[in-house]
Amino acid sequence: MSQPVFWALVGMALVTLGLYALIVHAHLLRKVLALNIISSGVFLVFIGLARRAPEAGAALPMEPDPVPQAMVLTGIVVAVAATGLALALIVRLRAVTGRTTLGDDTDD
Amino acid sequence: MTTDPAAAERPPEPLAGGVPPADDARTAEDLPGLARVLFGLLLLALFAVLALAVLVLPPAAPGLSAAVAARIGESGVSHPVTAVLLNFRGYDTLLEVAVLLLALIGTWSVGTARGCGGTAPGPLLLHLPRLLMPLMVLVAGYLLWVGAHAPGGAFQAGALLGAVAILGCLSGRRLPALVLGWPLRLALILGVGVFAALGVGVAALPGGAPLEWPPAIAKHIIVGIELAAMLSIGAVLAALFVGGRP
Repeated sequence: MSQPVFWALVGMALVTLGLYALIVHAHLLRKVLALNIISSGVFLVFIGLARRAPEAGAALPMEPDPVPQAMVLTGIVVAVAATGLALALIVRLRAVTGRTTLGDDTDD
Repeated sequence: MTTDPAAAERPPEPLAGGVPPADDARTAEDLPGLARVLFGLLLLALFAVLALAVLVLPPAAPGLSAAVAARIGESGVSHPVTAVLLNFRGYDTLLEVAVLLLALIGTWSVGTARGCGGTAPGPLLLHLPRLLMPLMVLVAGYLLWVGAHAPGGAFQAGALLGAVAILGCLSGRRLPALVLGWPLRLALILGVGVFAALGVGVAALPGGAPLEWPPAIAKHIIVGIELAAMLSIGAVLAALFVGGRP
């Protein structure tokens, strides 16, 4: 298994783990952490697959693809900002309703 | 993964603001055991499909490396990632800085800042930042400059500047209220403002298009944008950490 494939598989394993934690747990902080794990996995897939450019020694050696790397740089910063907003919303939800889970507040 | 069903069923304790806990709404609980197992199996199947999709990919795929390498001479920088980030895909970066500001606006509209240095800082946190903070500012400046020809650039430097502010906040150093007024707001909008102004201004040049830096002045435009973006990103990240409007 080559290095790009290995990192892409690790990234997908992280996405799978994060999806499991996102759905299974009710506490909002755990959901935010799970979303962060998912985003880390996605970035790893991007970066891993970007290394598939032909390396030195091949017919035409090239640098790793820079476009996915730039997209991941953007994605990391946006993920941090979104996490900050999500945490502020959780704090506000707790202050207003006293809960840290999204309950089913249907009237029955 | 440890479960805590007891915590989810305990009624929430009363809060300092006098808000009564909502005990009429059903609090959500973790997924029950059987549903977990089924969901886990479903996710394993999903992982197998994704892994298969990756394993059938061709082992060597240059992607856009060749296209970037062909035009990097006109981009104004010599590092391909920086060229993609600030020249070829500059639109993405502009929107990203705007998204940062949007997240901060959302955070500010939801609550007020509660400060981050809760208890008295210990001896390490009192004295180490005095050494570290100037050094970190220096490293941030270096990262900004080196981004033209090596990994680095505005985002890395901005993250480091945000860390400087967070370290200062955690160790009990407070900014004067005057700085938290209009200078803070100016720093926050500087990134988007400069980037958008330059992007639109370039269209006014003869034969120019929005966000298309002319190769002759591309280097200077990129340096200016990176400087403004570094300050803005650092301010936004630190303000997000503090978590509310000042």
